[in-house]
Amino acid sequence: MPPLIQIQDVSKSYMRDSFEVPVLNNINLDIEEGEFMALMGPSGSGKTTLLNLIAGIDKPSSGKIKVSDTDISQLSETALAKWRANNIGFVFQFYNLIPVLTAYENVELPLLLTPLSKKERKKQAETALEIVGLADRMKHYPKQLSGGQEQRAAIARAIVTDPLVIIGDEPTGDLDKNSAEEILTLMERLNKEFKKTLLIVTHDPHAAERANITKHIDKGDLV
Amino acid sequence: MKILKLILKNSLRHKLRTFLTICGIAIAVIAFGMLRTVVTAWYAGIEASAADRLITRQAVSFIFPLPYTYKDKIANVEGVDQVTFATWFQGVYIDKNQFFPRLAVDPETIFDVYPEWIVTPEEKATFQRERNSCIIGEDIAAMYNLEVGDAMTLEGDIYPGDWQFIIRGIYKKRDQTVDGTGMFFHWDYINERMKVDDPIRVGEVGWYIVKIKDPNQSAEVSRRIDELFLNSSAETKTETERAFQQGFIASFSSIITAMNFMSFVIIGIIMLVLGNTMIMSSRERTREYAVMKTLGFSTPHLTSLILGESMFISFLGGGLGLFLLFPLIEGFGMVVPKNWFPIFNLEEITIVLAASSAILVGIVAAIFPIQKAIRTKIVDGFRFVG
Repeated sequence: MPPLIQIQDVSKSYMRDSFEVPVLNNINLDIEEGEFMALMGPSGSGKTTLLNLIAGIDKPSSGKIKVSDTDISQLSETALAKWRANNIGFVFQFYNLIPVLTAYENVELPLLLTPLSKKERKKQAETALEIVGLADRMKHYPKQLSGGQEQRAAIARAIVTDPLVIIGDEPTGDLDKNSAEEILTLMERLNKEFKKTLLIVTHDPHAAERANITKHIDKGDLV
Repeated sequence: MKILKLILKNSLRHKLRTFLTICGIAIAVIAFGMLRTVVTAWYAGIEASAADRLITRQAVSFIFPLPYTYKDKIANVEGVDQVTFATWFQGVYIDKNQFFPRLAVDPETIFDVYPEWIVTPEEKATFQRERNSCIIGEDIAAMYNLEVGDAMTLEGDIYPGDWQFIIRGIYKKRDQTVDGTGMFFHWDYINERMKVDDPIRVGEVGWYIVKIKDPNQSAEVSRRIDELFLNSSAETKTETERAFQQGFIASFSSIITAMNFMSFVIIGIIMLVLGNTMIMSSRERTREYAVMKTLGFSTPHLTSLILGESMFISFLGGGLGLFLLFPLIEGFGMVVPKNWFPIFNLEEITIVLAASSAILVGIVAAIFPIQKAIRTKIVDGFRFVG
């Protein structure tokens, strides 16, 4: 069986004024289904850029990214948006919950793009919130939650559509030690119990230890 | 939860800002409606003009008189149904700053040619019988608390001296488009006195009002009338009542144009105000839009979200403005003397224009924020520091 994610000769550079700044150089990487991979590296090494490319929120300058046999580097913006909705769950460092929506409404948000009925959406959102242990905080707004609880709500939002891959950009970067531990345990559980493929970017070696496999990136190269 | 709920929640995120913007739109709609109503009030005479009436005046200028002897000649022109005439008397009643039209007319024909001024047969008969009688409009009667049998004394200026009249009738308006501020009295009464006071002005009338049999023949009948008096000492210019009124209004055209312009400037200003609100809101939510895009929300979703919020605010503002406009126009109409604006009604077209403007404001104000939200790349959205 081919790897779930295949990254082939991917390079990425940005234009800063009239200068081309290379960020990733000929990256080749395979991620198997059910894997929990941590990407580590210093600031500016290109790890978040690689994560964004895999998540389909940015496009490579050259090379191919195939996720479950779909070459996402060839998809249009509209097709890519639809693909993300169906296949990717994203967990951000700063949670990025919508402040005017309750925890339940935030989790329900990605389901609005699906043909599910209100009843089905409710069931799925409640299940996701139960998995992350926030069943009793459904009606709370983000400002009424702690950092750890906000991140758990963000994880519930990421898993509610049952995506192929869950991607975390420094998911514990803004949390205290205990909360970070809770989040890592939750992610580990998603991987082991629910067989989810996880890919996280982290600075924290302790967080990386929880992954099955750790890759290091430096100055745009996998090392 | 639906997108509508998110639109509502986003709109109420900054309650004070939203409230102030709604108030701003409401005030703009009210100002727009008031200005447009003043403009339409100015044009009311034109709107009320009848298609089957022509006005024959002195070709050189409206202010020069025509001979009384033209009356029968005009009446004999092919296509003419009836002829009456009027003379601008002006004068002062109580206060020289209080203006209303005072006209010396032909009592036998004036109410036949102007059926929109409704008088009872008894009032009409008494008016025709008594040379010093007058008939006034219901608005003037209400304004000065006058009743049938009361005396009215005018201080003449064009026709010097004191002129005493007895009110023998109060005409009713056929509908809201009719001016209820007129005062009409016998031309004979003025003419007789001119024989003593100023004989050179005897037999002069201001203009003729010609009722024609077929409105489609107005151009032909006008030409026939004017041809009758070619090369005479008082050549005529005949035109439809509408054209005559338009010519009269033309002297105020710059004021009306300025008011029209101002009404649309107000809409432009409020467009900028709402646009600014939407740009601020959109800018504050740059990261949220990036999150939504990451979750799979596409251009149509973000467009509906931003446009929906803009339309929601403009609908509330426009609705509030229109809701308040009705009583304000009514109140304004009651406070402002009837002789300033004899017809002061909120026209349907004003309501449609005000509502359309509110909708337009909502759409235009959303364009830039939508463009910005769509064009901002997800990665740039996450890097944004507001």
